Amino acid sequence: MNAEELKNLTVKQTVDARGTSCPGPLLAAKKAVGEIESGEILEVLSSDEGTKNDIPKWCDKMDHEFLGIIEEDSYSRLFLKKA
Amino acid sequence: MDIDIEKELEQLKKKVAKLEKNRQDQLSIAIVSGDMDKVLATMIISLAAAASDTKVKLFFSFWALSALRDPKKSAKGKNFISTMFGWMLPKGRNKLKLSKMNMMGMGPLMIKGLMRKQNVMSLDEMFKQAAELGIEIIVCEMSMNLMGFKKEEMIDYPNLTYAGAGTFIAEASQSSVQFFI
Repeated sequence: MNAEELKNLTVKQTVDARGTSCPGPLLAAKKAVGEIESGEILEVLSSDEGTKNDIPKWCDKMDHEFLGIIEEDSYSRLFLKKA
Repeated sequence: MDIDIEKELEQLKKKVAKLEKNRQDQLSIAIVSGDMDKVLATMIISLAAAASDTKVKLFFSFWALSALRDPKKSAKGKNFISTMFGWMLPKGRNKLKLSKMNMMGMGPLMIKGLMRKQNVMSLDEMFKQAAELGIEIIVCEMSMNLMGFKKEEMIDYPNLTYAGAGTFIAEASQSSVQFFI
């Protein structure tokens, strides 16, 4: 999805993992995804560069659908749909 | 002819079931090293695995046992050598040395400072998270006895059991990922 499409998504929950380092954002995502229903969308905020590669791979393993990234000045917004 | 095919199918099914069991979504780590950097790496990899719903079993052995000592606890009835070992080895995960650049304890202090600054979880926090995520710790009983450590001086951890090499081999052989650190 491109940035425009991502911005129009109905996000069920946003988890702010900014400031934490690996594997903090992954643990935050794992916790947050447990709190939403299947098909709902989770947004993860992360300032850790590696997370941009980790979250898509994590989604792949967990069968969640990775939707895309919006880059902000000092952090990224990562979107995924729970399986 | 039909009977043969059925028989072969049955055998194949058994083989597949066994193969599937051999490749469970599990990470088994034998950790022998008691260096702070190596224990850190173990915990970071384990937490990432647990966050991905991979079952994690950590086998602590030899020098790594220092990381499981509770500094607030002590054990009675040790002989002279065990007492000396206990006195010379790091008492707990916050007293571990670095495998390189230890510099009489300056290195670990610097790393801990950097970790705080960059919001990397401390070992204390990592063990807490590990417990919450159901990561299992198995203590090698033989090396514990060898080094003179006692059960009553080990940390309070919800999933901590005592076993031997046989358990590690059994667990490792059915894990899709195995490490030795």
